[in-house]
Amino acid sequence: MTAEMDPATDGAMSYVYAVGRAGTPVETALAGRQGLEGTPLRTVRAGDLVALVSSVPSASYGAEGVQAQMEDLGRLEVLARTHHAVVEAAYEHATVLPMRLATVYLGDGRVREMLGEREPEFSALLARLEGHVELGVKVYADPREAVAVSSREAEADTTDRPGRAYLQRRRAQQQNHRATYRAAGAVAAGVSDRVAGIAEAHVTHRPQQGELTEAAGENIVNDAYLVHGTRAGAFRAALAGLGDDVPGVRVEITGPWAPYSFATPPEAGGGEPR
Amino acid sequence: MALVDLLDRLLNGGAVLTGDLVLSIAEVDLVHINLRAVIRSITSDEPSPW
Repeated sequence: MTAEMDPATDGAMSYVYAVGRAGTPVETALAGRQGLEGTPLRTVRAGDLVALVSSVPSASYGAEGVQAQMEDLGRLEVLARTHHAVVEAAYEHATVLPMRLATVYLGDGRVREMLGEREPEFSALLARLEGHVELGVKVYADPREAVAVSSREAEADTTDRPGRAYLQRRRAQQQNHRATYRAAGAVAAGVSDRVAGIAEAHVTHRPQQGELTEAAGENIVNDAYLVHGTRAGAFRAALAGLGDDVPGVRVEITGPWAPYSFATPPEAGGGEPR
Repeated sequence: MALVDLLDRLLNGGAVLTGDLVLSIAEVDLVHINLRAVIRSITSDEPSPW
């Protein structure tokens, strides 16, 4: 056994992407692939678990370095997409537990200690997630789209009294706004019924807002469902057409994803079905 | 895939290691708070309609 890496002298830390089981293809499948900063991926084994790691410079991945990366959207995107590419590539070959972004250890020795300490919990999570994927379901309300539909229908009603027509339009807009959100809520409520018997767990994420959100309308529901890989098609089929007949309401399905949203232990919160 | 969908999962999901980390638990929390701040900082000020 070699001495543990000391970041003060060699400047390298160990970035952990995912944890899997020893003896599965995760140990060999990513050989030759690169991780962050273009350095090769490797595995660190302890007991029955292996961590998928690569070396990263401590200047960029220590507490201050990571924070600096987080404050720069371009760097954050590179970090997130590279992390995800590694997790996804591993997940094609074996079930792995994805780590949260920016999980960094001082060296491989520390990773080994962590694996040893958390083995019972990680083994249980890996058993639960075995063969499963995550599918995202987002529901949007877009009153403007609903207005476009209803104003076409109401066009015949405009009279030669512009003041009254204006008030009617305003009132109709407000009613339409409320009605669209109500309709979107009803559509969202129908999701869990449709996927009952297919999805095994459900996690609620915060609705997406802001410039990163390119979709039209307001995201009112942003959920993740845990589904066996063989049922992903059935899941999509169960939701096919949902909201199509409701003006201003749209349903989007994303995935399949590695089960990020279900990789947190129950006591850590946020990872259990509600 | 959309970065926002990825960040939902990488920042809110993923196994959280609170053991022998480079960053202390408090620092990890701080990092995640900063991440949310990043996302908020690039979001518009439009209030949620409800």
